[in-house]
Amino acid sequence: MSSFFDLYNYWIFIFLMMTGFYIVIAQGNLVKKIIGLNIFQTSVFLLYISMGKVSGGTAPILIEADVSYSNPLPHVLILTAIVVGVATTAVAMALIVRIQKAYGTIEEQEIHEQDASL
Amino acid sequence: MISNHLPVLQVVLPLLAAPLCVLLKRSSLLWAFTLLVSILSAVIAWSLLQQTDAGIISYAIGGWAAPWGIEYRVDKLNAYVLLIVTGIGSLVMLGGRKSIEQEIDSKNLSLFYTAYLLCFAGLLGITITGDAFNVFVFLEISSLSSYALISLGRDRRALTAAYQYLVMGTIGATFILIGIGMMYMITGTLNMHDLAQRLPEAGSSRTMLTAFAFMFVGVSLKLALFPLHLWLPNAYAYAPSIVSAFLAGTATKVAVYVLLRFIFTIFGIEYAFTELPLSAILMLLAIAAILLATMSAIYESNMKRLFAYSSVAQLGYMVLGISFLSVTGLTSSLLHLFNHALMKAALFMALACVMYQQGGVMMDNLKGLGRRMPWTFAAIVIGGLSLVGVPLTVGFISKWYLLLAAIEAGQFVLVAVVLAGSLLALIYVWKLVEQGYFHSGNESITRQEAPLSMLIPTWLLVLANIYFGIDTSLTISVAQTTAEQLLGVTQ
Repeated sequence: MSSFFDLYNYWIFIFLMMTGFYIVIAQGNLVKKIIGLNIFQTSVFLLYISMGKVSGGTAPILIEADVSYSNPLPHVLILTAIVVGVATTAVAMALIVRIQKAYGTIEEQEIHEQDASL
Repeated sequence: MISNHLPVLQVVLPLLAAPLCVLLKRSSLLWAFTLLVSILSAVIAWSLLQQTDAGIISYAIGGWAAPWGIEYRVDKLNAYVLLIVTGIGSLVMLGGRKSIEQEIDSKNLSLFYTAYLLCFAGLLGITITGDAFNVFVFLEISSLSSYALISLGRDRRALTAAYQYLVMGTIGATFILIGIGMMYMITGTLNMHDLAQRLPEAGSSRTMLTAFAFMFVGVSLKLALFPLHLWLPNAYAYAPSIVSAFLAGTATKVAVYVLLRFIFTIFGIEYAFTELPLSAILMLLAIAAILLATMSAIYESNMKRLFAYSSVAQLGYMVLGISFLSVTGLTSSLLHLFNHALMKAALFMALACVMYQQGGVMMDNLKGLGRRMPWTFAAIVIGGLSLVGVPLTVGFISKWYLLLAAIEAGQFVLVAVVLAGSLLALIYVWKLVEQGYFHSGNESITRQEAPLSMLIPTWLLVLANIYFGIDTSLTISVAQTTAEQLLGVTQ
């Protein structure tokens, strides 16, 4: 049981990932889908940050020789992933704006109906 | 001097050229500039392929030695894929100008070329890099720009297709990111060469299995492996014609490369094929892709969608070749990688000509096309025959090797599947021929052949289809040595 709580941040990662994934699949509203996608991506940030943590470690800024510090590499990697996430959201939002102009709706169901009636 | 820096120039050249496009306004300038960059990249790729004869090229970015710094690592396999991507990119761009001018708003032109070059740089980056996290970054560069490119199609369904691709592509890329993260957790390294040595040492664990599963599903999404192909038909069908030609010839090929790299180089044959039943999984998915996607193609009335479904089936042939885990099987996959890029680029370029003259690519637009646009239609017919695998075309060579691999493995059911797939493909190609040559449409037929600037690149691709179907010395030797390298077979 103790190992369950020791790894609690990984459980949060799994929970957030599945929540986001479920929203992407279940929601019909294009904006809500993107929010789900964001939660899904954010959960991975948590995974990376958790794996870099060394318990009792400090931040690796101007440290003495024999001080234990957290692994900065995963944190730096995730900065890149955050930028990618922001860019993806921006492209998705731009697409949604144009979909709204072309179809007059951002509900998946209504878009399908309009396409099917062509 | 400069030849030492070719690996990094391969990516940096198009990446830096992309934002410069925004400064150019004239359509002809933009086109000439993009074409120049594409051709230079192809020259770089060609000389890299020559250099790999002497051994693997390792390039440390910024002088930081690998495993700490980012390493670009070029062996036969990625030099070969680089050549495919840049070659197809150059030929498509060569014939693209008129079609792009017609289909893209003039105010968006410079942004279109920017996105195109970014996508190009991203695909080259995925292929050349030796760093696992770098793969993810370049994957997103190419994906984000391809969403933008697809959404520029004139049909409004291009928007929903781009959106659908964005959602599925992001899920795929995030899965890859999780997989890379778990590999880093096991080994503490991101360098592929380093990973390849440390992962087997770490032994199999649940983390490793999870990492493998995430990587495999993520890459399969990008590869459009059945049943994760749902984004592909619409994306190819509603994108601007030139974008369809470019993506069909390059994007999925690069995804196949990533799959090969992760399975064979990083996780290793031992883990993927002995401890996990990957062979059976790949085989089943490939069979389903070949039969079901070809059948969907038969019932399709939009020709771009038809050829998109046929792409899913052709990817099935490549994956089937991988699943045999033999030199012949892998050779057939690698051959088909090259050959299919040629076929689909030729076919989608021909469809771009049809789109340019007829304003649509539905079956009805094909009526009497054999007389109205004889050269374009002949290109479609030869490309189609190549898809079926008729002798003297490239399609025959890769199917032949695939059949040899199936016979070698004693899998006669698979021989039947490959032959059935080819026969089914013959049905949809025949449907096109029937429309083009035997339905005259209205009586007053005037010739409206596509402009020469589009026709010549299309025919260059068609002739390449025939040339590499007869003189196979280059493709087979490269494919065979690469297959032997991947399987670790010494000559």
